[in-house]
Amino acid sequence: MSGPKLYGLMAEFENPQDLVEATRRAREAGFTRLDAYSPYPIEALTEALDIHDRKLPAVVLGGGILGGLCGYALCYWTTVVNYPLVVGGKPYHSAPAFIVPTFETTILFAAFAAVLGMLGLNGLPMPYHPVFNSPRFALASRDRFFLCIEARDPRFDHDETWAFLTKLGPRVVMDVEE
Amino acid sequence: MADAATPTPPAEKPATTTGILAPGYSFTTLTDKIASIALSRRTPFVWFIGAGVGFLLTMMLLTALTWLLFRGIGIWGVNQPVGWGFEIVNFVWWIGIGHAGTLISAILLLLRQPWRNSINRFAEAMTIFAVACAGIYPAFHTGRPWLDYWLIPYPNSMGMWPNFRSPLIWDVFAVSTYATVSLLFWYVGMIPDLATLRDRAKKLWAKIIYGMLAMGWRGSARHWSRYETASLLLAGLATPLVVSVHTVVSFDFAAGIVPGWHATIFPPYFVAGAIYAGFAMVMTLAIPLRKLYGLEDLITMKHLDNMAKILLATGLIVGYGYVVEAFMSYYSGNTYERFMIWNRLHGPYKHAYWALLFCNLVMPQALWFRKVRRSVPWLFVIAMVVNVGMWLERYVIVVVSLSRDFLPSSWGLYKATVFDWATFIGTIGLFLALMFLFIRLLPMISIFEMRAILPEAKVREEEAEA
Repeated sequence: MSGPKLYGLMAEFENPQDLVEATRRAREAGFTRLDAYSPYPIEALTEALDIHDRKLPAVVLGGGILGGLCGYALCYWTTVVNYPLVVGGKPYHSAPAFIVPTFETTILFAAFAAVLGMLGLNGLPMPYHPVFNSPRFALASRDRFFLCIEARDPRFDHDETWAFLTKLGPRVVMDVEE
Repeated sequence: MADAATPTPPAEKPATTTGILAPGYSFTTLTDKIASIALSRRTPFVWFIGAGVGFLLTMMLLTALTWLLFRGIGIWGVNQPVGWGFEIVNFVWWIGIGHAGTLISAILLLLRQPWRNSINRFAEAMTIFAVACAGIYPAFHTGRPWLDYWLIPYPNSMGMWPNFRSPLIWDVFAVSTYATVSLLFWYVGMIPDLATLRDRAKKLWAKIIYGMLAMGWRGSARHWSRYETASLLLAGLATPLVVSVHTVVSFDFAAGIVPGWHATIFPPYFVAGAIYAGFAMVMTLAIPLRKLYGLEDLITMKHLDNMAKILLATGLIVGYGYVVEAFMSYYSGNTYERFMIWNRLHGPYKHAYWALLFCNLVMPQALWFRKVRRSVPWLFVIAMVVNVGMWLERYVIVVVSLSRDFLPSSWGLYKATVFDWATFIGTIGLFLALMFLFIRLLPMISIFEMRAILPEAKVREEEAEA
C-alpha cells in the first residue's frame, strides 16, 4: 500500500456487549496494541483490556501531602519566623488555627494533582490523533463502540487482522490512516 | 406540554433507572436531545427574556459597584454598630446555595445515587456562579477593593503577612479553594460531553471552540479508566471540602463573642442550612428548566421527590439548630444571650425572625405529604419560600445580634439603602445571566453519565465471564 501510513484497523460495534466481547477475543488472540472506544465508561472493558494503572491515586496522594506541608509551612514560617506578632495573646505557633489553611491547601493541591495527573497520564490535551481520521469515529462520542488494533502490534497483518475483526461481528471494519 | 404527565414507572423496568429516566431512550436519542439544546435547537423566547433581565440587572450591579468605588462603602447601610449588613448576609446566602451543587456532584456520586446524573451538571454550574456572586461581597466590603490582594500571602515590600489565626483569612483560603476545586470538578466532568458537542457541531466555530475545550478526548477505555478514578478522587476531596467551607464561614461568627454568634452548634447548623438553601435553589432552577426545554423525561418527578425529601431532612436539622440556639441561650444563664433570643422574638426585627421561622420550619413540613412532593407548583412555591427563609436566617444572625449586643448605649438600628438592594438584586441578575448563558452554550445535563444509566448500557455478567 502506498500513500499515507496505516495506523491500524478499526471495527465498529453497535452495543457495549459486542465491544467487550470483541476486545476480550482480540486479547485472547494475542493482540497487545489495541484500544477500545466508547461513549461512556464501561467497567468490563477495563477488565477486558487488563488495565492496571495505579499511578493516579499515588499522584493525588503526593499532591495532598505536598499541599498539607506547604500550607502548614506557610503558616508557621510567616507567623513564627518571618513576622512574629502577638495577636489576641495567642502563641506564635498557633497550631489549631493553622489547621484550617493547611486543610484547604491539602485539598487544593490534591485536586490539582487529580486533574493534571489524569490529563497528563492520558496524554491530554492531544489536538491530533489518528483515530479521528476515520469519518465514522465521530459516533464514538454518541452511540457507537469501536475497537482499534494498531499496526505496530507485533501480530498485526493487514489482511489477517481484517479477517479476524470481521469474524467478531462488527457493523463495519475500516482502515485508519496515520 | 404534551409529555408533562410523568408516568409512574412500570414494575418490570430495571431497578437502577426506575423513575429517573422515562422509558424509550437510546444512546442516540438521549445524546441528540441534550446536545441539541446547545447546538441546533431554536432558542426559546423565554430564554431571551430571562437572559435579558439577567443582563440588565448585571448592569445595575456594575453601576452600584462603580458608584461604591467612587464614593466608598458609606453608600451602603453599614455603620456602627452594624458593620456587617447585607454584604455578609448575601455572602453567606450565596455561598450556602453553592453547597447543594457539590453535594449532588460529589457526595451523591460517592453514595452511588444514579438519580444525581441528570441534575449534577447544572447544580455544579449553580455552585460556581453562586460562589462568584458571593465573592463580590467581601471583596467590596473591605472598602478598598483595589487592595484586596493583601489578603493573599505573598512576599511584599511591607514585610507583612496575613494573620493566619483569623477566621477571616481562613475564609479567604476556604472560599478560594472551594471556587477553584468546584471549577475543576465541573470542567473535568464536562470534557467527554464537550467531545460530543465537538463531534455533533455543524458550525466551524462551534467545532473549534468545543474541540479546544474537549482537549482531544476520544473515549479510549484507558482514558475512561483514569477518568473514573480521577472523578472519584475529586468527589472524595470535594466532600470534606464542602463541609469545611461553611464550617469556616460559621467560624467568622462563632469565633466572635457577640451574643447569638458564639455557639458551638454553628458549624453543623450552617452546613445543614447551606445544603437546605442549596437544594431549594436547585429546585427553583430545575422546575422551570425542565418545563422550558421539555426535559420532564430526564428530570422526572422522582428527582423532584428525592430533592424534596432532602429539603425536608435538612430543614429539620436546621430547625434543630434553632431550638438548640434558643435552649442554649436560656441554659447559659447569660443575660446577653437570653436577651438575644428575646430581642429576636420581640425586638425591632421580630418580623424577620417570625417570617424565618415560618419559611424554614413551618412551610417545609408540607413536604411530609406525598401529594405535595408530587405537585410541581407546590414544590416551586416551597423552594422559593425556603430561599427567602434562608436569606432571612442570615439577616437575623448578622443584623439582630449586632444591632443590640451588650451596652444599650451602643445599640443602633440597621437599614439597608438603595445601593444595598441594587447590589443584592444585581448579583441575582448576574447569577441568572450566567445560568442562562450556561444552558445555552454548554450541555446542561451530563450526557455520558445519562448514557451509563440507560438499560442498554448494561454489559451482562455471564457473557463477561465467557
